[in-house]
Amino acid sequence: MSPSHRAGRRRATGRTGGRFGGAIGILGELLLTLGALLVLFLVWQLWWTDVVADREQAGIIAGLEDDWGQVDADTIAPRQDGPPPVPETPEENKVWATMHVPAFDRATFPLAEGVDLEQVLNVKGAGHYPGTALPGEDGNVAIAGHRNTYGRVFEDIGRLKSGDPIVVETADAFYVYEVTETHIVTPTDVEVIAPVPGKPGEEPTEQMLTLTACHPMYSARERIIVHAKFAYWTKRSDGIPEALADGATASDGGPAASDGGSADVEEED
Amino acid sequence: MYAWLFRRLPGPLWVRILLAVLVVAALVVALFGWGFPALAPYLPFDDGMVGATEPPDPAR
Repeated sequence: MSPSHRAGRRRATGRTGGRFGGAIGILGELLLTLGALLVLFLVWQLWWTDVVADREQAGIIAGLEDDWGQVDADTIAPRQDGPPPVPETPEENKVWATMHVPAFDRATFPLAEGVDLEQVLNVKGAGHYPGTALPGEDGNVAIAGHRNTYGRVFEDIGRLKSGDPIVVETADAFYVYEVTETHIVTPTDVEVIAPVPGKPGEEPTEQMLTLTACHPMYSARERIIVHAKFAYWTKRSDGIPEALADGATASDGGPAASDGGSADVEEED
Repeated sequence: MYAWLFRRLPGPLWVRILLAVLVVAALVVALFGWGFPALAPYLPFDDGMVGATEPPDPAR
């Protein structure tokens, strides 16, 4: 190419292609903006919703403790033989219990009535499916929770093994359930929260508790279901149930700590 | 586009940089506070976190 030819060409792109180049430039900037917005959205979804929900839940738990009074965490409450008390039917969207799952990293979180995302699950913690049994009743206490984002109360649900305790604390009592089974279902398999899990329409004779959360992580394609069976209850005024004492010492770490725990258990028995 | 906007901002360079940072910060606050929460229900990720039943709730 001769120099003049090249210059002419450059002038050409400078004029007609200039506008074209400008459009490309703006398109590029818009795409970059879109990318930045997507990243920002992920930051919000995966991090900020947790920050907000954690703060909210910590406040709720502190508030419940104020209402119900402090639990004597150093005393192991004796198991009660009589039938467990049944809490009053809770108001919609209201927090009525605290849940303790020692196997989870975040072992304590609030339990509210309802499974509405905006009213309950995104802000308050776990949600009790309305109309399912209450603790102390025959039937199935069904509870939903987020596995990711919004405080992710059930983040570690995949970790639960047979026999792990799930404890519901109300104003009067601790209800201790023990995990029996974990399975994966599709989102439409509502029979898992039937009064007799998996057998809709049957009369319940046992006290069950079922946790439901999303599966796999970061997806809503399937559901992970954990069933647990009622083991025993204790009075809240007597202290904490031994299930939580074990959990507490185990999470404090190490075999040294669990010595104390098992000693307590033996005394108690 | 952004270069043009930046040139339109008033004041000396440091004022314009400050303004640009403030505008971006305000945008992030607005998105975190209202934009994303409003958008989230329409996106598939979080949809049926509720477990087995979304609205069907046989028991309700």
